Amino acid sequence: MFGWEFPPHILGGLGTASYGLTKGMSQQPDMQITFVIPKPHGDEDQSFLKIIGACFVPVVWKDHDWNYVNERIGRIMHPDEYYWLRNGIKYDYRRIGTNDLGCIDFSGRYPDNLLEEISNYEAVASVLAHQLDFDIIHSHDWLTYPAGVFAKQISGKPLVVHVHATDFDRSRGQVNPTVYSIEKRGMDAADHIITVSNLTRRIVIEKYHQDPAKVTTVHNAVEPLPDVESYTKTPRKDKVVTFLGRITMQKGPEYFVEAAHRVLQKTRDVRFVMAGSGDMMNAMINLAAQRNIADRFHFTGFLRGRQVYEMLAESDVYIMPSVSEPFGISPLEAMQVGTPTIISKQSGCAEILTHAIKIDYWDIDAMADAIYSIVKNPAMYKSLHELGREEVNNIRWYDAGLKVRRIYDQVIANRK
Amino acid sequence: MKNICIYFQIHQPYSLKRYRFFDIDQDHYYYDDFRVEENIRRLAEKSYLPSNATILEIIRNSNGRFRCAYSISGTALEQLEQYAPEVIDSFKELAKTGAVEFLAEPYAHSLASVYDADEFERQVKMHAEKIENLFGKKPTALRNAELIYSDEIGETAYKMGYKTMLIDEARHILGWKSPNYVYSHPYMPKLKLLVRNLKFSDDISFRFSNHSWSEFPLTADKYVDWLASLPEEEKIINIWMGYEAFGVFQQQETGIFNFMKAFPYHAMDRQMSFVLPSEATKALDAVDALSVMHPISWSGEAKDLSCWTGNDLQQEALNKLYAVTERMSMVTDKPLLHDWLLLQSTEHFRYMSHTDAFGSYYESPYEAFINYMNVLADFLERVDAQYPTSIENEELNALLKTINNQEKEIEELQKEVKRLRARKAKAKEGEANA
Repeated sequence: MFGWEFPPHILGGLGTASYGLTKGMSQQPDMQITFVIPKPHGDEDQSFLKIIGACFVPVVWKDHDWNYVNERIGRIMHPDEYYWLRNGIKYDYRRIGTNDLGCIDFSGRYPDNLLEEISNYEAVASVLAHQLDFDIIHSHDWLTYPAGVFAKQISGKPLVVHVHATDFDRSRGQVNPTVYSIEKRGMDAADHIITVSNLTRRIVIEKYHQDPAKVTTVHNAVEPLPDVESYTKTPRKDKVVTFLGRITMQKGPEYFVEAAHRVLQKTRDVRFVMAGSGDMMNAMINLAAQRNIADRFHFTGFLRGRQVYEMLAESDVYIMPSVSEPFGISPLEAMQVGTPTIISKQSGCAEILTHAIKIDYWDIDAMADAIYSIVKNPAMYKSLHELGREEVNNIRWYDAGLKVRRIYDQVIANRK
Repeated sequence: MKNICIYFQIHQPYSLKRYRFFDIDQDHYYYDDFRVEENIRRLAEKSYLPSNATILEIIRNSNGRFRCAYSISGTALEQLEQYAPEVIDSFKELAKTGAVEFLAEPYAHSLASVYDADEFERQVKMHAEKIENLFGKKPTALRNAELIYSDEIGETAYKMGYKTMLIDEARHILGWKSPNYVYSHPYMPKLKLLVRNLKFSDDISFRFSNHSWSEFPLTADKYVDWLASLPEEEKIINIWMGYEAFGVFQQQETGIFNFMKAFPYHAMDRQMSFVLPSEATKALDAVDALSVMHPISWSGEAKDLSCWTGNDLQQEALNKLYAVTERMSMVTDKPLLHDWLLLQSTEHFRYMSHTDAFGSYYESPYEAFINYMNVLADFLERVDAQYPTSIENEELNALLKTINNQEKEIEELQKEVKRLRARKAKAKEGEANA
């Protein structure tokens, strides 16, 4: 598998999904997964799969003695593996800037020269495709499509691409043509395409012109929270309604502020929290002030790790009014700690949740109504709290893994 | 000889419009008139009118040997009066033949029988009056909403003067017993119970046009054969269903109306007769008592109340609603009383079911709950405005009594004054004469 992120060092939902999916798949006894990421930190959980760091794969032949190699990369990769991979160099990549080991330095993030990193990743893929033994290639998101396509060309093994998001979601329609062409080429070359929701599936079929028979939805799941009991809700006078995520266009924060305004016209004992940061944060602070609700509207800034779950657990309502969300894992996380959840119908996760309130992102009346109902009716809170938790605990990565497996079996059979 | 007892049910609730919480205290009209009208017109045209015409024809052609009963809820009658009065006329026509019986039921097709016996009684009376006004005959048999029944409900019904009640074939109640006999209440033996035959009812209303059913196609001939092959001593077969089975559940194209036309003649050819529920319980003796400790209904496999009262949302809504029953018995404001009825229809609660929200026009049970609770909040505010919750029920009752009695008292006092004045005048006259 080619990925870009892997916990614990993650920047977005892609890393979480990659981890959950591979962990779920590894429970199948005859499944061996090698996961390639640009730059591992050495503290990744490798108990159920093997991680290869692209930044330790030589693409240009260099001679070094064992001890030197061990000193340089022994912390993360065994020197023998380095020598073995070196045999996979079949092309001349001296045009690429490499270090003394013949490896490429990847940032593993989303730098300005992202396109260069993507094509360098392709070079690494060629070495791996020559040297590794595998049955199927699986590429996660557009950054890794070129690598997957090249590996397929070299090895002749089938390629599955996994669409976690498309540029149509990220840009609200202002599609970057370069990104689009990379995405499209990957999808065209793929033997099968996995999408994280039917919403995304539709985009892939309509905007990327893919054969519907080639596109299958495998919804994301959520890892069980081991310390779920440690998150508690402090009794307080006011109810807490929370928005949590990047404060950007895509997440629809302005609709949350407007809904808060409506609710506060009717009742005063509710507080609204906007957790996270983003380019629209200042605009939202202004909007809350304009609506005269700043005394009941709070900003927490960026939350990480445990803070996220603590904030969710303290809330009476979690709301995600995303304008376009391929899947959206955070409502599932909120439901894990028993928080009633309101999501937009334009979110992929709405397709698999029944014990969450679904509204159109623009329908602030419905949103306000739902918030009001949850904070005012104990029965509503209780139902969503209990049934929501029960529901989300039954959404398992293992089942998602089985669906992926069925796709693998199918593409391998087609090839024979 | 076998008796076939048929009753058709018509009930439609008043659908609620989208009612947001900002509307509370602002807007006191709760119903989606467009949906209500569209729905009742569609049903009238596709089902009620053609079915009534067919039934009328059969009754006339058989000289009243074909007989059947109807149970039409108060809310359905109101909708028909307003949007499809020709259906009411056709029922009047049917009533004139003397071959149909109209059953009593709680006016709003409500769960009052389970939540408040007094309210149940009030609604049954109200419905009986309405039936008498429209069709000229007071009902003598009672069919509770959703065929809900328990010993307690039976007792209430009997005390109100009903001698016949209709219940569903619940396996956990009947056990090995057949539904094809008349039964009685365990300690009010004069109350007789008729039990719906589940198989024969569903054969028509649900399976008739099902191509994957092994008995498809169902002909009147075959159906009557099945009835005839029942054991000799099983005297009564109760075939009850929603009237919409004709023309809606089973579309006209399936031939359901032809089946309806042919079936009575086949049955009569085989020496079977048709009886009305009240006639059946008069003519046939009860073979045994049926004891029903916990309420049963005609819903689902379990035949219990779970699809209306099964989850937290439903219980919250019902408890809040029926908490004001006592207050409502003092209310005289007509619009408020009318809303009180319309908000009780069982459908409002069924739409909140997570497992069985049959017929719901909401996207989810939660949405149904949100909407209903907003409406209910406004309704309760109105009740509170008339009779503030700060006053205890008893105190309120005493005050009301005083107010209501005021007139009487004044009247009496005035009479007294008149009397005294007259006496005084007489006395004066006497004095003058003397």
